[in-house]
Amino acid sequence: MDQKPFSQGLLSSEADSQRTLYPYVTGTSVVALKYKDGILMAADMGGSYGSTLRYKSVERMKSIGKHSLLGASGELSDFQEILRYLDELILYDNMWDDGNSLGPKEVHSYLTRVMYNRRNKFNPLWSSLVLGGVKNGEKYLGMVSMIGVHFEDNHVATGFGNHLARPILREEWHENLSFEDGVKLLEKCMRVLLYRDRSAVNKLQIAKITEEGVTVSQPYSLKTFWGFSAFSNPTVGAEGSW
Amino acid sequence: MTKQQANWSPYDNNGGSCVAIAGADYCVIAADTRMSTGYNILTRECSKITKLADKCMMASSGFQADVKALQKLLAARHLIYQHQHNKQMSCPAMAQLLSNTLYYKRFFPYYSFNVLGGLDSEGKGCVYTYDAVGSYERVGYSSQGSGSTLIMPFLDNQLKSPSPLLLPAQDAVTPLSESEAVDLVKTVFASATERDIYTGDKLEIVVVNAEGIRSEYMDLRKD
Repeated sequence: MDQKPFSQGLLSSEADSQRTLYPYVTGTSVVALKYKDGILMAADMGGSYGSTLRYKSVERMKSIGKHSLLGASGELSDFQEILRYLDELILYDNMWDDGNSLGPKEVHSYLTRVMYNRRNKFNPLWSSLVLGGVKNGEKYLGMVSMIGVHFEDNHVATGFGNHLARPILREEWHENLSFEDGVKLLEKCMRVLLYRDRSAVNKLQIAKITEEGVTVSQPYSLKTFWGFSAFSNPTVGAEGSW
Repeated sequence: MTKQQANWSPYDNNGGSCVAIAGADYCVIAADTRMSTGYNILTRECSKITKLADKCMMASSGFQADVKALQKLLAARHLIYQHQHNKQMSCPAMAQLLSNTLYYKRFFPYYSFNVLGGLDSEGKGCVYTYDAVGSYERVGYSSQGSGSTLIMPFLDNQLKSPSPLLLPAQDAVTPLSESEAVDLVKTVFASATERDIYTGDKLEIVVVNAEGIRSEYMDLRKD
């Protein structure tokens, strides 16, 4: 076998060209919070190819087993790969046929291990995952990053959501939010993201998971307001500028 | 053709500080509960302290995924030890195990800065302090993490540990009482929180003594 020249570093031979270098088709933020009956999660339906909005009907939230809901941002093909891993996990869980089923805590733990192990092999799954669910009355909401950093909290967000949505949630979230209040709060976060995140699109889904199960809403869009007087005559006071 | 540059890092610093102080018959281990990345706070309530054995606690800060993986590994090894030897691992034994585990990954380290605290086989407080690749030392007190540069000098001043070079060897454990040591820890974290952006939110204090393990919490500044 040929010796790799020192100058070529980690990414030279054919086998190495299989490693993830950068993401291609990406989804933007996912925002989620715990409310009275379970978890509410929101994500838009955009799949960006760099700065092009290539796909406009991407479902970035999927139900996992009976008790969990997974939302992902980052590379979408890696999200699909993760769904394949989870399919197999849930299948084996069902095959036991022992009346037991994997809860959100277990799925979160599994995802953490998968992401961390891929990071250890220098071939990460380029996704930030949000895992929420309810089992036996206990609500669970956690996050895993592409290098395996994970935690659980009452509200989580990925990507731009960390910068724009988390502060809103820290201020306005409280225990036992009603469903309507939870949705309103999520929509407030998503609206800010829509205004300020370049890769956000105005077509989103909100998913709810409770003890009864998962429901993912139909896609819908948020009302936005652009009627500020400063927008109507932007060059007033500075003629010649734009 | 220019050499390819990496566009992601397998490491991240999730911040936070840890402290441990050994007393005559107790050990205080404390850490804040803030987890950050860059200039963001990810969560305000994430514990950095884990129980490895009945009388042995570990507090770690650094890259959280590595910290958690390390804690899992040590907990698993402790379980095997219990199955094989039908007893709990002593603190000095766990200290050696941690050192070996860290050095095992000498060429792709666990980015984890650890402080081990507990009671030794004689019931005296013991603290072991580590670097990321397993170099360790038994001391009377130590701090690690983002606030350690602020905390350590203050502990040096207050606890006046005798030099390890003295002969005959002098006891490194502090003569302070348990409540005095806990108060010192609270003071130290309140100060570190003022100036270290990665330290704050809440302080978790664990005290190990002959009766067992007890936990205490204190609010820290959230900014």
